Amino acid sequence: MSEPVVETQDLAVQFGGVHAVDHVNFILRERELRCLIGPNGAGKSTFFKSITGQIRAANSSGRVFIRGQDVTGWATRHIMRLGIGVKTQVPSVMNGLTVLENLWLSARRTAGHDGADAAVEEVVAELELNGIARRLVGELAHGQRQLVEIGTVLANKPWLVLLDEPAAGLTNAETDRLVAIIKRINQTATLIVVDHDMHFVRTLDSWITVFHQGAILVEGHADKVLTDPSVREVYLGNRA
Amino acid sequence: MTSSGFGIGRIRWNWLGALAVLIAALPLVYETSTPTLLAIWALFALSLALMWGYAGILSFGHAAYFGLGAYTYAIASFNIGESTVPLLLALVVPAIVAAIIGALMFYGRISDVYLGVMTLVVTLILNRFMNATAGDAYRIGNARLGGFNGIPAFPTLNVPGDPNWAIYGTAYYYVVIVCLLAAYLIARWILSSAFGRTLIGIRENEQRMELLGYDVAGYKTAIFSVSGAMAGLAGSLFANWAEIVTPSVFSLGQTAEVLIWVIVGGLGTLIGPMIAAVALGSLKLGLGHQTTIDNSLVLGAILILVVLLIPRGFAPSFAAWRRLFAQAQVHRRQARSTRRRRLALQDAKQ
Amino acid sequence: MDYAAIVVLEILYMIAFLALISAGLAIVFGMMRVINLAHGEFVMLGGYATIASAKAGINIYLAMLVISPIVVGVIGLIVERLIVRFLYGRMIDVMLATWGLSLLLIGLVTLIFGNTAVSVPAPIPGYQIGHYQMGGYNLFVIAVAAILMSAMWFALRYTRIGLVARGAMQGREIISALGYNPNTIYMLTFMVGAALSGLAGGVMAPLTGLLPSVGGAYIAKAFITVITGGAAVIAGTLTTAALFGTVDQLVSFASTPVVGEIAMLGLALILLRLMPQGITGQFFRNST
Repeated sequence: MSEPVVETQDLAVQFGGVHAVDHVNFILRERELRCLIGPNGAGKSTFFKSITGQIRAANSSGRVFIRGQDVTGWATRHIMRLGIGVKTQVPSVMNGLTVLENLWLSARRTAGHDGADAAVEEVVAELELNGIARRLVGELAHGQRQLVEIGTVLANKPWLVLLDEPAAGLTNAETDRLVAIIKRINQTATLIVVDHDMHFVRTLDSWITVFHQGAILVEGHADKVLTDPSVREVYLGNRA
Repeated sequence: MTSSGFGIGRIRWNWLGALAVLIAALPLVYETSTPTLLAIWALFALSLALMWGYAGILSFGHAAYFGLGAYTYAIASFNIGESTVPLLLALVVPAIVAAIIGALMFYGRISDVYLGVMTLVVTLILNRFMNATAGDAYRIGNARLGGFNGIPAFPTLNVPGDPNWAIYGTAYYYVVIVCLLAAYLIARWILSSAFGRTLIGIRENEQRMELLGYDVAGYKTAIFSVSGAMAGLAGSLFANWAEIVTPSVFSLGQTAEVLIWVIVGGLGTLIGPMIAAVALGSLKLGLGHQTTIDNSLVLGAILILVVLLIPRGFAPSFAAWRRLFAQAQVHRRQARSTRRRRLALQDAKQ
Repeated sequence: MDYAAIVVLEILYMIAFLALISAGLAIVFGMMRVINLAHGEFVMLGGYATIASAKAGINIYLAMLVISPIVVGVIGLIVERLIVRFLYGRMIDVMLATWGLSLLLIGLVTLIFGNTAVSVPAPIPGYQIGHYQMGGYNLFVIAVAAILMSAMWFALRYTRIGLVARGAMQGREIISALGYNPNTIYMLTFMVGAALSGLAGGVMAPLTGLLPSVGGAYIAKAFITVITGGAAVIAGTLTTAALFGTVDQLVSFASTPVVGEIAMLGLALILLRLMPQGITGQFFRNST
């Protein structure tokens, strides 16, 4: 098997006395599609932020590797430049700019001034954003904004894509469309998806890692994990 | 082009040309001393408008670079005797200082209030320091720093190469106008470049730009430095106009004034603050000639009213202005296509 | 030995000075995240109120400890109702509007009192320590500052009002949750902050000649003290006042007052760079 795309060794994040991430060993291989699930406060988003360098070194220990490169302690922009795209939990886009302008800023970083326009057109076509291309992002509906953010993530052609709650606030139709988009992305890139929407996760039908209280509870394919009784207990609260 | 203009319109060359002609013809009907000063203030306002309006960096001590430019010119011209190099230095020194201070702040993730405080403190330090440099002990080369009396009687602008051929009066007015115009065009050029668009993106959402892999702190430091250079140029031109440099160039009052010009003129435009600088500057000079209405009172009232009356703060007004602009663009495009269709129909009929 | 006593007294005085002039701003910033750049002018108005009252024959202690706070408190109330209350939550807008207010107040005072310095003599005579003559009034200032800080700390910690105030520092909703009207609380807070500034101005009045422009000196130092102090009102203000006062005076004694002031400003820059949340954002996190 090829070297892991993402690997964490004994990763721990502490805020005061709280172990947000508790000595996690995580491996993700090339072109995998992995879902991270777990109840609120399980540490999924913190884990995400550790990978993208958004957690201060003072709070964390352990190592993070991306394609073999030790990125522990790196600044966010350097990690991102390795070829990673992140969609944040709270949609983070340039509200005062149009969809095209948002995409352009993303595309330009890798495609340069000349290639940026072409890259933007590709994304617009891929995500069917033509109708809203010239609208200001701040004026769009939530579902459209989520889509635009995914567009900005894709526009600089990352080979690792991290999506934090991409299905949040989407209608069922939008969610199905999102699943199709994710499958298409997965043809060329590796993905980690964090979400709470079980219908969405089930439809993705991928390998799942379940987080609980900062540690990995269980890992396995969707059919196995989603019927695992310990996972049910953790979600419904039978176990402490 | 698939991406639109990021809110930066195209330069209306006809308007600019007309304005340039008017400005050039001014000396025929009016004295040039006051307009020169107003143009210098407009340049100062431009430097802050660029940095604050488009990159979102609010400095509470922009007078620091204005003052640095003024003092650098005075000290350098005293020592060199000719004015070309000092003028260049007056651009370079503030730029370097701004780059250092900017890097310290931006790479330290300082922003908003804390940025305001730090920039304020820098100006205060310069102000206090310069005020205390009376006496022979404080000199750089030939130039005595002079404490709160400042540095008088330094060589003013001359034609490059010939220290005896001084530029003053109407000729100096034209020099200042050319500098102002050049700075404006450079600012527009920056904004329409990829660098400028990145800055606008940073202003809109720093976190997202960081996540896209941009060196946000680096971009901010760069524009801070450019803005510092522009302010420094304004300062050195001011030094030449006033023919004396005192610590008041570093004053809180000076820094407050430029902030007021930018806000009143319109945060998010370049022309607005420049016009406001001219208008409010004229008001201040006019008020200075009488004692019934105090200048501070008027400026203060204006600032309060502007802040209170701009609904919901400044951030939405970027979007609002963009929306108007976008709507205007859409109308123009519709009008064009309607015209084309009408012409096509007419052709078809014939 | 006497020299050491002098140094200590001067340091204490500087700390007291910084704490006094920052107290009002700290309350308003700590509770409402409002940075009142007209704070220096509130202090200045307190000074003018005291001097005007004293010249009208009123007992100077009454003037500085009662009249100044009341007068400036009322002015603060007017300012809050007319300007500040529309701008809560918009920190930069508040700063700009209050900057405008400070200009306005300077203009008004210049109009009313003119541009020449006014002053009033210090009511406490000097005394001797060894070979040195010390201003006795400085001791009074130190005492006032100490009493004020203690009273504020006590009020915040042990009274119901203090509880509401500390809740307010966490967020506007907490005030409602406690059963009070946030608008009223904010209005009262601003008033109290203004009154404290007036008190500071009144107390400081006998020490310097008063001009409409003295506010500028006060606001810079108070601003830096409060922001560097961080969110905790008492602990933050006292810590930075102590740090700055000590550095300023020690360096001043070693060289000149200007260098001392610059050293203090430089220290502020370093602290802000290292601790962007202020000192009590980093240490002493749960203090008042």
